[in-house]
Amino acid sequence: MAHHLEIFLKAVFVENLALAFFLGMCTFLAVSKNVKTALGLGVAVIVIMAITIPANNLLYQYLLKEGALSWVSPELASVNLDFLGLISYIGTIAAMVQILEMTLDRFFPSLYNTLGIFLPLITVNCAILGGSLFMVERNYNFLESVTFGIGSGFGWALAIAALAGIREKLKYSDVPKGLRGLGITFMTVGLMALAFMSFGGM
Amino acid sequence: MADPKIKDVLLEPILNNNPIALQVLGICSALAVTTKLETSIIMAIAVTAVTACSNAAVSAIRSYIPSSIRIIVQMTVIASLVIVVDQILKAVAYEASKTMSVFVGLIITNCIVMGRAEAFAMKNPVVVSFWDGVGNCLGYGLILIVVGFFRELFGSGKLLGFEVLPLSSAGGWYEPNGLMLLPPSAFFIIGAFIWVLRSFKSDQINRDPVL
Repeated sequence: MAHHLEIFLKAVFVENLALAFFLGMCTFLAVSKNVKTALGLGVAVIVIMAITIPANNLLYQYLLKEGALSWVSPELASVNLDFLGLISYIGTIAAMVQILEMTLDRFFPSLYNTLGIFLPLITVNCAILGGSLFMVERNYNFLESVTFGIGSGFGWALAIAALAGIREKLKYSDVPKGLRGLGITFMTVGLMALAFMSFGGM
Repeated sequence: MADPKIKDVLLEPILNNNPIALQVLGICSALAVTTKLETSIIMAIAVTAVTACSNAAVSAIRSYIPSSIRIIVQMTVIASLVIVVDQILKAVAYEASKTMSVFVGLIITNCIVMGRAEAFAMKNPVVVSFWDGVGNCLGYGLILIVVGFFRELFGSGKLLGFEVLPLSSAGGWYEPNGLMLLPPSAFFIIGAFIWVLRSFKSDQINRDPVL
């Protein structure tokens, strides 16, 4: 249990996908104008991460890893489909997003309407694919990948909600002309990243 | 829209319509690799190759793609190209590909590739699309190289691995700035870059999509 708690906290604070690895930056900067939409997107990312990272973990463990196909027949034990990784992960992500979209539409129409256009956009959010790739690189097992998926999704949501909060306040500040908009947003994210780094000593 | 000229699509994105500073595309994965100038250059070349080729490929099949599945078709083209680049990097520059770890794979979700395929290549002929990909990545590469240059120079006193500012730990005079090696510095440098750019081209302030 303690091990899982460690993975979770590490994914949320120390190795925050947005602030330590710059993942999902495009949406992070573009959809952080107000807290409400930022929260909606954050929830969508948590859900997708919690589903796709374990799914990709199964895919990797039982299909792609070197020797992973030995459960089909012993002759296939030497097959290594590692190089197909990228294309299969992105396929899983696109498929999962599509399935989630249809499920939500059918059973939870109100949630579906809140998330709206953010769902399809998530397919090209680098944080999702990045999470899967980190999961493979760190060799997590299935349960660890569930924890890691929820944790990193949560961290990303936390970061975007915080940035949106700051930017709502920033609207009333007197920012130098050339720095307004994108420039000051970059600076803000930099300062936030600096603040998050102080968790690094944990 | 009049037919875009090759010269325009190649040069416009460098300063006037920069993908990072104005279109907010492709910030995602690339910044983490800019601690060294060398990896920045490799990353810039890799992204240029992928974007130019994917633009050309998508443009070549643009009239056969049904619009409802165009995202997944573009994704497949891009993912295949990235796998090729990844394998080439592993064969040619193994050390560099190790330092970049997952970020080579993340070129797939780099919004520049997808964004240009969707916004430009779906509407324009092959040759122009190819140069549009190259042009946008020149703009992207410019920022990557500027950031990489400052971070390596002030963070470790070196450029491309050669010593430029002798470090005080090795008997020189320069005390390295550790902040430059940490992720936040990339944000500050890009923020400053945008500031400088907009001081000269003030029309970009009004075209800012995030404002």
